[in-house]
Amino acid sequence: MERRALPGRLGERLVWQLGDVLATREETPRAKSITLAVPNWRGHRAGQHVDIRLTAEDGYQAERSYSIASPPVEAPHITLTVERLDDGEVSPYLVDELRVGDKLELRGPIGGYFVWEANSGGPLLLVAGGSGIVPLMAMIRQRAAVGSNAPTRLLYSSRTFEEIIYREELEQLVTNSGSTGLEVKHTLTRAQPVGWTGYHRRIDGEMLREVAWPLEERPLSFICGPTPFVETAAASLVGLGYEPARIKTERFGPTGESGASGASGASAVPGGHDGE
Amino acid sequence: MGQGFVSRGFHGRRQQQQSTLTNRIPPGQYLERGFPVLSAGPTPHTPLAAWDFTIEGAVNQPKRWTWEEFRALPHEDITVDIHCVTKWSKLDTRWEGVSIDTLLQQVAPTTEARYVIAFSDGGYTTNLPLDEMRGGQAWVVYAYEGQPLAPEHGGPARLLVPHLYFWKSAKWVRGLQLVEQDEPGFWETLGYNNHGDPWKEERYQGD
Repeated sequence: MERRALPGRLGERLVWQLGDVLATREETPRAKSITLAVPNWRGHRAGQHVDIRLTAEDGYQAERSYSIASPPVEAPHITLTVERLDDGEVSPYLVDELRVGDKLELRGPIGGYFVWEANSGGPLLLVAGGSGIVPLMAMIRQRAAVGSNAPTRLLYSSRTFEEIIYREELEQLVTNSGSTGLEVKHTLTRAQPVGWTGYHRRIDGEMLREVAWPLEERPLSFICGPTPFVETAAASLVGLGYEPARIKTERFGPTGESGASGASGASAVPGGHDGE
Repeated sequence: MGQGFVSRGFHGRRQQQQSTLTNRIPPGQYLERGFPVLSAGPTPHTPLAAWDFTIEGAVNQPKRWTWEEFRALPHEDITVDIHCVTKWSKLDTRWEGVSIDTLLQQVAPTTEARYVIAFSDGGYTTNLPLDEMRGGQAWVVYAYEGQPLAPEHGGPARLLVPHLYFWKSAKWVRGLQLVEQDEPGFWETLGYNNHGDPWKEERYQGD
């Protein structure tokens, strides 16, 4: 499994393919997971994304990128988790209209840097803001699926308890990982349920210092979320002495956006992708 | 595959259907009014006192400018459309900076120079054909919309090569190396197209 040729490095053209929608799942009131069977899927690495292309009857098309949430071991099935942007063009279709039995045109996998493989080692620090959890979830799921014991911590910022994507699955993965493994810390920035014992503020340097691995363990970090969130998290880790080259980021949305979750009016790439 | 495929129930928003926009927005792109930020790692913060800009390699007179020297070079205002491989395009962006033509005049490229490797703080590189950086096609810019270029957008200075996808407009640029043989840069070795013409939709390898 790990010795498969690395997708996206081969130079062959990424062709548009049709995937069959096998299942959908409401993750939160705004986010939905879509599982597709893609017959000629060439395999992916955790953290990569796909381009989606929608075509109207008159030929009008719209394309966007979405992160893959499923681990590579599930190929040729892939799952995307899409958060609806209210003024978006593609995400409302994917969340509200697309249903089992439909087909969806896609090409990928895309992105060769924001990726984790079992032999990337650890310890791993994953930092997610809102729907920025999606590519990190592919890493967490792959880690569990291949039995990696890379020590892993996830710091995950959501606006409210109801908006935590994959909340129950994360709890289960923590339980299953036993003492060797996966720790999850949540922060809720907008509202907290009664009795909440997690963090209840936006991510900051102090929070990261409490969660981060000791420097001497040479942690590998992946940060994904809205631009100001990622700027804060990455700058904080650099301030703690983390090596910049071992901090990988994906940002979405414009500068100056408020809120620590992934739904900006002008957001470019929900689910995240870096290309500039 | 996919030719003739219609997404059931998809109508689209047609923001780009006005003809004035259609011929300014390349295929597969949509109009963006914000300014998204996309970077692979932490934002570098190089103090201006430590900043310099170097042109080296296949040139007769390698040169290094300090920030003050660079700011004293003849500069221009540039208004261009930009296109990011992540699908957004932004129209009429206003920049201020130094034309690559101005810089090349001072270093005198050799006749063998064919390609440029731009290099940046943080280790980022990107490769471009030298001919596509001449003739008013490329700049090193330090202001955006009348303000000093913000670090997250590549400040203190970035490359601006608007006729190619925006990953070629390297943020935090610190110099150019002119070479005879092409050498793929950061994204170009990670699955992205070596050239990156948005009008030909050269997004990924093999496009």
